[in-house]
Amino acid sequence: MAECEVVIVGAGPAGIACGYVLAKEGVDVVILERGQYPGAKNMFGGIFYADQMNKLIPEFYTEAPVERFVAKKHYSLLINDSEICLNLDLEEHKKPPYNHSYIVKRSVFDKWFAEKARAAGATIICGTTVTDFVWDDDRIIGVAAGSFDDPENVLLADVVVCAEGANSILSEKAGLRDRLSMRSRCVSVKEVIELGRDVIEERFGLTAREGAAYEYFADATPGLLGDGFIYTNMDSLSVGVGVIISELYGCENPPSPNQLLERFKNHPCISPLIKGGKTLEYSAHMIPMDGYKNLPEFYTDGLMLVGDAAGFVNNSICHEGVNMAMASGMMAAETILENRDRRRYDARALRRYEYRLKNSFVLQNMKSSRDFIDILRTNKELINDYPHIVKDVITSYFMVSDVPRSTIKSNIVRMIRGRMSFAKAARTFASMLKGGI
Amino acid sequence: MAIVEEKNQLSLEDKLFTVRRKHLSQSHITVDNRLCGECLNRICTYICPAEVYIWDENTCKIDARYENCLECGACRVACEAIEWVNPAWGEGIAYKNS
Repeated sequence: MAECEVVIVGAGPAGIACGYVLAKEGVDVVILERGQYPGAKNMFGGIFYADQMNKLIPEFYTEAPVERFVAKKHYSLLINDSEICLNLDLEEHKKPPYNHSYIVKRSVFDKWFAEKARAAGATIICGTTVTDFVWDDDRIIGVAAGSFDDPENVLLADVVVCAEGANSILSEKAGLRDRLSMRSRCVSVKEVIELGRDVIEERFGLTAREGAAYEYFADATPGLLGDGFIYTNMDSLSVGVGVIISELYGCENPPSPNQLLERFKNHPCISPLIKGGKTLEYSAHMIPMDGYKNLPEFYTDGLMLVGDAAGFVNNSICHEGVNMAMASGMMAAETILENRDRRRYDARALRRYEYRLKNSFVLQNMKSSRDFIDILRTNKELINDYPHIVKDVITSYFMVSDVPRSTIKSNIVRMIRGRMSFAKAARTFASMLKGGI
Repeated sequence: MAIVEEKNQLSLEDKLFTVRRKHLSQSHITVDNRLCGECLNRICTYICPAEVYIWDENTCKIDARYENCLECGACRVACEAIEWVNPAWGEGIAYKNS
């Protein structure tokens, strides 16, 4: 039976950040990763929000394998076969540190980050799947990979940090959260489509290391709460869609995630962007949709949850995740360092972890967008009707004809009145401002 | 390998072929088939990005083609009759480009 000071389950941004901070302070820390290498099982849309990374490793982007920095953001409504979009092309975002937004491939980036932690002194063991915790009464004292009967499978530690990700099996076993519900997870699929560097730069209007992040709403996932995206890698595109699992349950003729992706790729406003590409890899992953009100407990005797396992994804328009994962991992590490001389990691001592989260952007941002998903869920007109109204208004206003503008304008007002309630729309937008974004 | 013509259309089978894997020595998915016959929804047959779960009309069972699994876990969230565990010893998917 082996022993160490801290064991971390999962080599993703949260786990590695935690391990990196601890290793730098000379802690005997072991990261157990179930993939063949760090990043083998890791997948996300594509944008790495890197302010925390930049704190940990200043100017990391000069040496890390980042594909491009996000120079252009494009928020788009797909409506039937049309598109209406907001294009952000800001000079401020094109200078270092590039608004802390980078497009990366996780299978490459996480490997690099893990090497940094290893160089700092962390032990990283891959190909090891933690199946359960080791308990001493109510206290977690280690982890097991396989049967407890074989002492070879057990690693004891003063404290365990669980960074297992969105498919939070161990957190359930620890009793820190209920069985995941269909409402609390989004299922996402992505294709990485190879295209020439020049083709990408031409199609998206980019130069050098500039990248583009295109987000699509409304009919990207028709009638369902979800979204679509295209992010530019160096010589490929990440193209994907995500949808909340409960949205598919009980809908008529439910599409599979793959069918949703195909539909998105075939949209007349999307297909020209990906035309002629070759699919390099297909991947799938879940995204936490717990939201502020349904977050799990973050700690118990001998254990802390960090990153996706703790539900730290901001489900608003920016969907920040990696920065919150890293921040939570770093805060877990600070909490461990604080208690290290006493070697006391019971729930009372670990309460400081939650205190840190509450006093940081992690829980504060989660709180500020606490109602986002609920508002969209209970006001389906926001995704099903309003985009169509917007499109019809714009279509009629820009119509070239000999009908006088005054007539067009009064027609538009009449049409809007007939199709939506101003009072209800005002209430919805007010609640969106208050607790949605 | 997965060559795509103009429209970028690729069958799911071809897409799954793009994913590198270490061979799974055993199934990591168990379906409690006693519940499937009565299930009205069979969400497993459409929630899975790899379409692992197929309803077999003849045997009245769900057939899980676990070798195709992309390890997202959506099935275990969607259905309580599915017991899904992480593959052991680095087996299963190993993304290179995601």
